Amino acid sequence: MSKIAGHPYIPNSVPEVKEQMLKEIGINSVEDIFKEIPDHLRFKGKMNLPEPILSEYALRRHVEGILAKNKNCKDNISFLGGGTWQHYVPAVCDTIASRDEFLTAYVGDAYSDHGKFQALFETASMVGELVDMDVVNTPTYDWANAIAISCRMASRINGRKEILVPKSMSPGRLMVVNNYCKPDIRIIQVDYDLNTGLLNLADLRRKISTNTSAVYFENPSFLGVIETQVEEIVKIAKDNGAIVIVGVDPSSLGVLEAPAKYGADIVCGELQPLGMHMQWGGGLSGFIATRDEKEFVAEYPSLLFGITTTSKEGEYGFGEVFYERTSYASREKGKDFIGTCTALYGITAGVYLALMGPKGMQELGEGIMQRVQYAISKLTKIEGVKLAFNGYNFKEFVLNFDETGKTVAEINEGLKAFNIFGGKDLSKDFPELGQSALYCITEVHTQEDIDKLVEALEAVC
Amino acid sequence: MGIVKVRKDFQQARWNEPIIYEMSTPGVRGIIPPEPEAAIKAIAGDVIGRLPASIRRKTAPYLPEISQKHVLAHWLRLSQETMGSNIGNDISEGTCTMKYNPRVNEALIAEPDFAELHPYQDEDTVQGILEIYYKFEQFIKEISGLDKVTFQPGGGNHAVYTAASVVRAYWEAKGELDKRNEVITTIFSHPCDAATPATAGFKIITIYPDEKGIPDIEALKAAVSERTAAIFMTNPEDIGIYNPRVDEFVKIVHDVGGLCFYDQANANAFLGVARAKEAGFDMCHFNIHKTFGAPHGCSGPATGAFCCKAELAKYLPVPTVEFDGTKYYLDYDRPESIGKIRDFYGVAGVIVKAYAWTMMMGAEGLRTCADISVINNNYMEKKVLAIPGITSAFQGNGIKRQEQVRYSFEKLHADTGVGTDDVNARIVDYGIPSYWTSHHPWVIPEPMTLEPCETYSKDDIDEYVAVLKEISKEAYENPELVKTAPHRSASHRRNDEASLDDPEKWAVTWRAYVKKHLSKKKEMDSVS
Repeated sequence: MSKIAGHPYIPNSVPEVKEQMLKEIGINSVEDIFKEIPDHLRFKGKMNLPEPILSEYALRRHVEGILAKNKNCKDNISFLGGGTWQHYVPAVCDTIASRDEFLTAYVGDAYSDHGKFQALFETASMVGELVDMDVVNTPTYDWANAIAISCRMASRINGRKEILVPKSMSPGRLMVVNNYCKPDIRIIQVDYDLNTGLLNLADLRRKISTNTSAVYFENPSFLGVIETQVEEIVKIAKDNGAIVIVGVDPSSLGVLEAPAKYGADIVCGELQPLGMHMQWGGGLSGFIATRDEKEFVAEYPSLLFGITTTSKEGEYGFGEVFYERTSYASREKGKDFIGTCTALYGITAGVYLALMGPKGMQELGEGIMQRVQYAISKLTKIEGVKLAFNGYNFKEFVLNFDETGKTVAEINEGLKAFNIFGGKDLSKDFPELGQSALYCITEVHTQEDIDKLVEALEAVC
Repeated sequence: MGIVKVRKDFQQARWNEPIIYEMSTPGVRGIIPPEPEAAIKAIAGDVIGRLPASIRRKTAPYLPEISQKHVLAHWLRLSQETMGSNIGNDISEGTCTMKYNPRVNEALIAEPDFAELHPYQDEDTVQGILEIYYKFEQFIKEISGLDKVTFQPGGGNHAVYTAASVVRAYWEAKGELDKRNEVITTIFSHPCDAATPATAGFKIITIYPDEKGIPDIEALKAAVSERTAAIFMTNPEDIGIYNPRVDEFVKIVHDVGGLCFYDQANANAFLGVARAKEAGFDMCHFNIHKTFGAPHGCSGPATGAFCCKAELAKYLPVPTVEFDGTKYYLDYDRPESIGKIRDFYGVAGVIVKAYAWTMMMGAEGLRTCADISVINNNYMEKKVLAIPGITSAFQGNGIKRQEQVRYSFEKLHADTGVGTDDVNARIVDYGIPSYWTSHHPWVIPEPMTLEPCETYSKDDIDEYVAVLKEISKEAYENPELVKTAPHRSASHRRNDEASLDDPEKWAVTWRAYVKKHLSKKKEMDSVS
């Protein structure tokens, strides 16, 4: 008998059941259904795949055996950031994210999935407070996707075809933005100041014009620097009629100003720090926020979940807002395209923010900045190790190792012997910074962890 | 076989759960972040006070203040007000392949050896996850018959967008992008087959079906030209009908130099039965979160696997995952790549789950999924079409449906005034998730699309049919009951749909709701 008969995932694979169903259909074999596929289009061979592992225990041993070849950031001390960050994931976040109801639901309407609608509405509500905006979308694939969509929204709003972005932005995110904007938007990079890491305002003034649809900048920047010239950048943009798009790491927003307060028209960013495990970069989830003005709302490609009333007095109901905008409703006439993105991460981010509350977000931000200051003061005492920029940092900072005579690759290789993953090597993507690395410190790092890094670097450099 | 029971007394959890902001009490905390050690604080000093005023937050973010128990309870309650497919009889979401999502796979991705991996770790510290990516790519190559795969796209539509980007790169490399600016699709292909090439800059031409429900081949012949960049098509389309002349479609497009992309969101019935390769396609994609057993997560995280022939592989997003015989590695040295369509390497957790799922299936298991899916569907179709008021798209055209059927309540609506939206609301009262009607436009009136994939037992199908029969009876006997549904769901029927399209009334955040509705209400209350 077939090994698959009675497979735990396929109840009707039991031969008697299958036979009965064929009989009720009035056919002898499944081939009577597949006959609709002409013979020359049929696959005749047997797929070359491994034999199935039918025992769940054996399967688990098999997959865990492969995963055990990894070295993880729990058993090692990692100082990697740059777009995925190691934060503490509260146990309640894991509990909610693994609930079968949220884990396995999909596109059901609010009548079967009221809770899903409310959960995503609440996440939008809390993210809206962090950035000070009234409209927040259901999550995008990631921050990069959110920037790309924001750029296209801006271009549709004012009809202009150039977007200025900082040269210090993440190369990965820039590649995504370039791809999305390729048809008709030109992405122009604005220099950053090599001493401060801040946007070079003179270069911004040189490159901005009435063709500029939007100025995008990040706070903190990919290189870890807090952009302090926000008022100047916003003024230059607005003087030229450009839209201001700000990208943020929301874990900073307990202590850093809400972007709308300093003039952002569109805010986007990454939810991964808010309760998602890193998962080799698979924990990403982006968001976009704007004012509640029709000209902005009309340009979102994303689903927007709105609160409304029901036939029962006093009861909250939920539904899709302005659905006709979307490609689900209007195919190629919709705004860009929408699909399955990262809703479960969006729900989890809401749980995280409700757990943290205002005080938690303040303490998180302050504690991270304190650890970073401590680390910088210790690390820069090591001979040959320099802080690349002299501004303010949130959770990341660039260390330059030129004077050690060693490459970042050599240093990171040396750190591995101490069970430390050193900062991301920037030498390829940012050659102007020499042998530099982007270090990340969050609330998961203890004084002992940082001191170990200092000791290890002293030994390695 | 068990007992088939229509759950007439079903009642979904109805917590009347307040919005999270309504539960807030100043000073209450849900979790406390780890405090830095005294030495850190002493050396760091007043890091916040030193920040320039322009960037320092002046007022704490207005977030709710709630104890941990109450945060947990709130979201547990919201979860109970959601019908996940692992709980419900989710034959409902046709075109979505709502399979069982095995718990063991969730346990695997919770392991620190996966969950706590940083994407910038050195390759020699992530050999395990690279191995899973590489091996799963070999599986997908075998299943599609194509030569190279990327798992970077974050969903099916994103994979189709990747295809559009590859088509663009192909024509750009040939210097013909200005001329090759049209993409052809069919109306019963998923909307993304029109929307994503449009996003990538192409003009869209849509082919409608002939009288049998198959895309009109004469219309295609009239549509192709030296402007044709590609065709993006599904097969079987979302109505469940396999296009037997699909290879002729491919040939017609190839003959004018165009590329052919096969949207395989509906691949479940064809695992080991028919492949993109035999039909001549240059590219295809799979929804890994559907067809390969990973969950949908209320709409992601997900993965679309984009597959292509060797000659298009140079355009794939960077990095690809390669193996040199000893070591797995990431290859960024691909100068003609379209770049990236998502940061890092895609949703790695979906790949781990899908790898584990496929290992539990093997070739025979995959083929069994296909067999049982089409048997389930034909069994169900026969029973559903016996219910008064229900017909199907192109019914009686003599073509057996494959993995799904697009039904229609047009007759029920004409007879009783009860339409598909009403039935869809009422079905929830029997513990069944809302079903997928159809993508827009509703070419088939009052649609319902059901897909009883291999997960569902005969009893599940019988239960579903019995519920539809019951609702049909209600529609003929007491239509108001159906038109005012749901009655036993977490919430009742929306009574002001227009408000969701009205800029003065819509509210997608609590703060917007407070401004637009509560503040006004307060004003009105104070006046009265």
